[in-house]
Amino acid sequence: MKRAQSVLLWCAVAVLLVLAFAAAFPAVLATHDPLQTDVRASLLPPSAEHLFGTDQSGRDVYSRVLYGAGRSIGIGLLATGIALAVGLLIGALAGLAPRGVDAALMRVNDVLMAFPEFLVALVVVAVLGPGPVNIAIAVTLAAVPVYIRLARVQTRTLRSAEHVEAARILGVPPVPAFVRHVVPGVLGSLSVLATIGIGSSILAAAGLSFLGLGPSEPTPEWGLMLAGGRNVLGQAWWIAVFPGIAITVTVIAATIVGRVLRARAEGRTS
Amino acid sequence: MKAALIRIAGLAASVVIVLWGAATLVFLAFRVIPGDPVSVMLGPQAQVSEAVKDGIRAELGLDRPPLEQYLTFIGQLARGDLGESYQLRMPVTEVIGRQLGSTLQLSALALVIAVLLALAVALLVRGQAGRAVAAGIELVILSSPVFWIGLILLSVFAFGLGWFPVSGARNPATIVLPAITLALPVAALLSQVLRDGLVQAERMPFAETVRARGASPSWFTLRHGLRHGAANAVTLAAYLTGSVLGGAVLVETVFARAGLGRVTLAAITNRDLPVITGIILLSAIVFVIVNLVIELLHPLIDPRLRTGRGGRR
Amino acid sequence: MTEALELLGLRIDFGETPVVDGVSLSVARGECVAIVGESGAGKSLTARALLGLTPADARVRFERFSIDGTDVARFGERRWRSLRGAGIALVSQDALVSLDPLQRVGSEIAEPLRLHGLRSGRAALRERVQELLHRVWMPDAARRARQYPHELSGGLRQRALIASAIAAEPAILVADEPTTALDATVQARILGLLRDIADAGTAIVFISHDFAAVRRIADRVLVMRNGVVVESGPVGEVLEKPQHAYTRQLIAATMHEPRVTSTDDVTPVLVATGVTRTYEEIAAVNDASFAVHQGRTLGIVGESGSGKTTLARMIVGVEQPDDGGLRWIGEHRVQLVHQNPLGAFDPRWSIGRSLREALAAGGVPRALRAARVSELLAEVDLDPVLATRRPSALSGGQRQRAAIARALAAEPEVLVLDEPVSALDPSVRERVIQLLLRLQRERRLTMIFVSHDLDVVGAVADDVLVMQDGVIVEQGAVTDVFESPQHPFTQELLDANRPVSP
Repeated sequence: MKRAQSVLLWCAVAVLLVLAFAAAFPAVLATHDPLQTDVRASLLPPSAEHLFGTDQSGRDVYSRVLYGAGRSIGIGLLATGIALAVGLLIGALAGLAPRGVDAALMRVNDVLMAFPEFLVALVVVAVLGPGPVNIAIAVTLAAVPVYIRLARVQTRTLRSAEHVEAARILGVPPVPAFVRHVVPGVLGSLSVLATIGIGSSILAAAGLSFLGLGPSEPTPEWGLMLAGGRNVLGQAWWIAVFPGIAITVTVIAATIVGRVLRARAEGRTS
Repeated sequence: MKAALIRIAGLAASVVIVLWGAATLVFLAFRVIPGDPVSVMLGPQAQVSEAVKDGIRAELGLDRPPLEQYLTFIGQLARGDLGESYQLRMPVTEVIGRQLGSTLQLSALALVIAVLLALAVALLVRGQAGRAVAAGIELVILSSPVFWIGLILLSVFAFGLGWFPVSGARNPATIVLPAITLALPVAALLSQVLRDGLVQAERMPFAETVRARGASPSWFTLRHGLRHGAANAVTLAAYLTGSVLGGAVLVETVFARAGLGRVTLAAITNRDLPVITGIILLSAIVFVIVNLVIELLHPLIDPRLRTGRGGRR
Repeated sequence: MTEALELLGLRIDFGETPVVDGVSLSVARGECVAIVGESGAGKSLTARALLGLTPADARVRFERFSIDGTDVARFGERRWRSLRGAGIALVSQDALVSLDPLQRVGSEIAEPLRLHGLRSGRAALRERVQELLHRVWMPDAARRARQYPHELSGGLRQRALIASAIAAEPAILVADEPTTALDATVQARILGLLRDIADAGTAIVFISHDFAAVRRIADRVLVMRNGVVVESGPVGEVLEKPQHAYTRQLIAATMHEPRVTSTDDVTPVLVATGVTRTYEEIAAVNDASFAVHQGRTLGIVGESGSGKTTLARMIVGVEQPDDGGLRWIGEHRVQLVHQNPLGAFDPRWSIGRSLREALAAGGVPRALRAARVSELLAEVDLDPVLATRRPSALSGGQRQRAAIARALAAEPEVLVLDEPVSALDPSVRERVIQLLLRLQRERRLTMIFVSHDLDVVGAVADDVLVMQDGVIVEQGAVTDVFESPQHPFTQELLDANRPVSP
C-alpha cells in the first residue's frame, strides 16, 4: 500500500513538473507558433507534423495546448495562493475571535461554501462582467471560503488542544505557544488543501472561458479551445479532445499529490 | 406541536432573511461596479447622444437617489416583480419562467441518474481491488471539466455511433446525453462519499457486533452501512445541488439546449442586470429550499442530531 | 454431559510466531470461566477465535473445537454465520461504540432474531424484545427500546448489548471486557447480571484484566501471558494460592502496600473555601472546602461526572472558580500531569523537544538543557535514548513517565496528577505508583492525586476527598475513611472495590 502510494505520488509529481515546465517555457516544447494561422492547413487530423492536429484557422493545436498551460496553471496557482493567504488570515482571526463574531462569520462562510467554486465564480463574473481579469478575480474569490473554514477550525481546535494547554501550564508564554504548536498544524493542513484546490480553480477558470466569459480569440486558452472545438465536433474531434485531456491530467496530478500528502500528514500525527 | 410550529416559523423567517440579504447584496454589488449600465447596454458602437441616454436612464429609474432605488427594488421584489429585462424588454419573470421548465427537467433527470448510479456502485463494488478501481474512475470524472465530458459523449455517441440525435428541441431523446453528462460528476462524488461512509462503518466496533450475531457482509451493508453512508451524503446535498445548477449552464451550452443556461449567459454577456439579479435570486431560493430539506432530513437519518427529546439516563 | 464449549490446543499465528499457543478451554452450561491477562496476552484474539471472527490474515488451528456438541472444525464462513448469535454470542466493551448509533436499541436487540428467523412479524419481535429487556433488568423497558444508544447511560447501554447477545438464547456467551469502561458501582451491577445469566444455564467466557471482577463472577480462571496459559483452576484456589510467579505478580499488583505517611507535618499549603464551578447551569463542583498539607498526598476520588477533574484543574489554575476561593499559603510552583499523556504532548515533537521546551519555560539556560533532559528521564526510570522518539512510539507506561518528567522539569513543589495510572496494565501501574512515591520522598513533593480507583488511592494518598456529583461527600485521613466510611456513597464505592483476596 505504501509502495503503491509512493509510486503514484512520484508519477503525479513528474507530470506536474512537465506541465510546469511547459507552462513556464512553452516555446521550448512547441513545434509551431500558436497564433500562426494557415488556412490551407485547417482541420487537419493529428499527424507527425501536427501532433494534435490543427483547428479551423490552421493553427497547431499541440502548440496552443502548450501555450495555454501557462494560463490555466497560472490562474490556478495565483488564485490558490491569494485565496490561501486571505483565507488563513480571516480564518485564524475568526478562530481567535470571541464566540459571537466567530459564529456570525462562519454562518456567512458556510453559505458560500455550500456552492461549488464554479457557481460562485459565475455569480462573481455575472456581477463584474466578463473578461480575463474578472475571471481571475472570480476564481480567487470562489476559492477563499474553504481556506477560511479550515483555518478557523484548525485554529479553534489547536488553540484549546491539550498539548497547547500543557505548554501554557508549564509556563510557556501564550504567543510562542501558539506559534510553535498551532501554526505548523494549520499551515500543514492548508497546504494539503491547496494542492487539491488548485484543481478546482483550474476547472472553474476553464469553465468560464468555455462559456466565452474569459479571454477572447485568438488567445490560446484551454477552455476557449474547447468551445471552438465544439463547433466542429463532427468533423474535427481532436480540437475538443486534447485540451480537455490536458485539463484532466493536470487536475488529476494535483489532486493525487494533495491526497497523498494528506494521507501522510494524518498518519504522522495519529 | 407548539415546538414544531415555532420551528416552522423560524425556518420561514430565515428563508425571508436569506432572500432579502441576497437581494441587498446584489443591489449593492451592481451599484459598486464601475461603468454605466446604459452605455454597456447600448454597446460600444452605439452613437447616441447624452440626452437619449438620460432619457433611457430616467425610464429605467436609474437617476433616482440610491436609497429610493433600493426601496423600489425591494418593494417590487416583495410583490414578486423582478423588473424588466434591459435587453429583451420583457418582464424578467417571464424570461426566466419560459426556460425554467427545460432546465428543471434536465436537472431532475440528472439527479435521479446520479443517485441510482452512485447507489449501484457503492453497493455492488466490493473488495479492495474493486474499490480502488472505482475510486480511480471517480477521480478521473471529477478531474474532468463537465463540458468536456459532454463533448466526448456527444462526439462518440451522437456523431460517432449515431445512437442519439445531436440536437433538436422536439425530440425527447436529446435529453439523454445531457442528463448523463450532468449526472456523472454528481454520481462520482456521491458514490465516493457513500463508499467512504460504508467503509468507515465497517471499521467501527459495532460492525463486529453485527457480524457476531451471524450477519453476512451484504446484510451489514444494506441494514447498517447504507444508513451511515447516507448520513455522510446528506451533508453534501447543498453542494451537489450547486454542482447541478452550475453544470446545467455548461451542459446546456455544449448540447445547445434551450434553458436557463442560455438565458444566464446572454444576460452576463449583455450586462442585463435585471435578468442577472433574477437568476441570482432564483439560485438563492433553490439553495434555501435545499438547505431546508437537509435540515429536516438529516436528523431523520442520524438520530444523534435530534435535540433532547429523550436525553440521557 | 457434554460441555457447552470445548476447545483444545488453540494456536493462532500471523506468519511465523504464534500469538496464541496451546490454549485449551472447556466450559459447562451454567459455568463462568474467566480468562485473565494484560494487554498483548492474546485473550481478545482467543475470544474472537471462539466465534470464528479472527482477522483474515490470521491462521487458526486447533485439535478439537466444539460448541454445544457441534464440531466446528471444518466450518466455513457460511456455517459459522448460522452458529454466531444463535449458538455462541459476543458482548464487547463500551456499548456506545458496539451498538450502531443510527439504529434504535430495540432494533439492535431484535437483529439476532431476524437473522436466524426465530420470530417473524413486528408484534412478535417487539414482545420478545420486551422480554429480553426485562431479563437484563432494564428499567422503563418500553421507552428504552425506542431510544438510540446515545440516549442511554453507560450501564443501560451495556444491558442492551447483553440483551442483544442473549436474544437467540445461545449456549455460550463470550464477554470481552464488558464492564471495563463503566463506573465501579455500575460495573458491580452488570457483573451481577452476568452471573445471574450464567446461573440460569448459559456458559460464560469472561475476558478481563481485572481480578476483582473475576472474583465476583467466575467459577474457574485461566491466566494468560504472551499467548500461553500459565495457570488455571478454580477461582478461589488460584487467587489465594497462586502457583505461577506471573500470577502472583498480577495479584500483587492489584493490592497495594498500605500507605506509609511520609510526613506528619500538617502545614497547609492550600486552603479551599466554598469553591464552586458551573457549566451551563450544572454545578461541576459545588461548594468544595478542604485543605492540602505540605508533603502529604491528597487523593480525590469519585466516578465520572463527580467533578474531580474540574477541581484538579482549578487547583492548577487552568480554570477559575465561579464562587468561593482557593488560597495558596506562600509561593508554590504547581504542575499538572494530564490524564491523557498522548494528547498532552505535541504529536509532532520528540519527547526530548517537549522536555526542552518545559525547561526553557522554567528559565533553564540553553547550554544546560540537554543534560537536564537526560537527568529527568533517568529520574523517572526512562532510557535517555527515548528523548529522540515521538510520543506515539512509546508505550503507555513510558508516556506516562515522560509526562511526569516534563512536569518535574518546572521544579514544582506541588504536583497534581489526573488519573495518571488508569489506562495502564496492572503491573505497569504498580511500577508507576512506586515511582511517584519515590519522587515524593526525594523531592519532598505535595501531591494531589485524582482517581476513580479506590485501590490506587489507598496506596498513594494520606488524605482523601470523596466526590459525588460535584459535592465532597466525605473527607479525612485515608485510613479513617476507608475503615469507617460515614457516607452511603463512600460505602457503596468501597463495596464495589472489594479487594481481590480476603
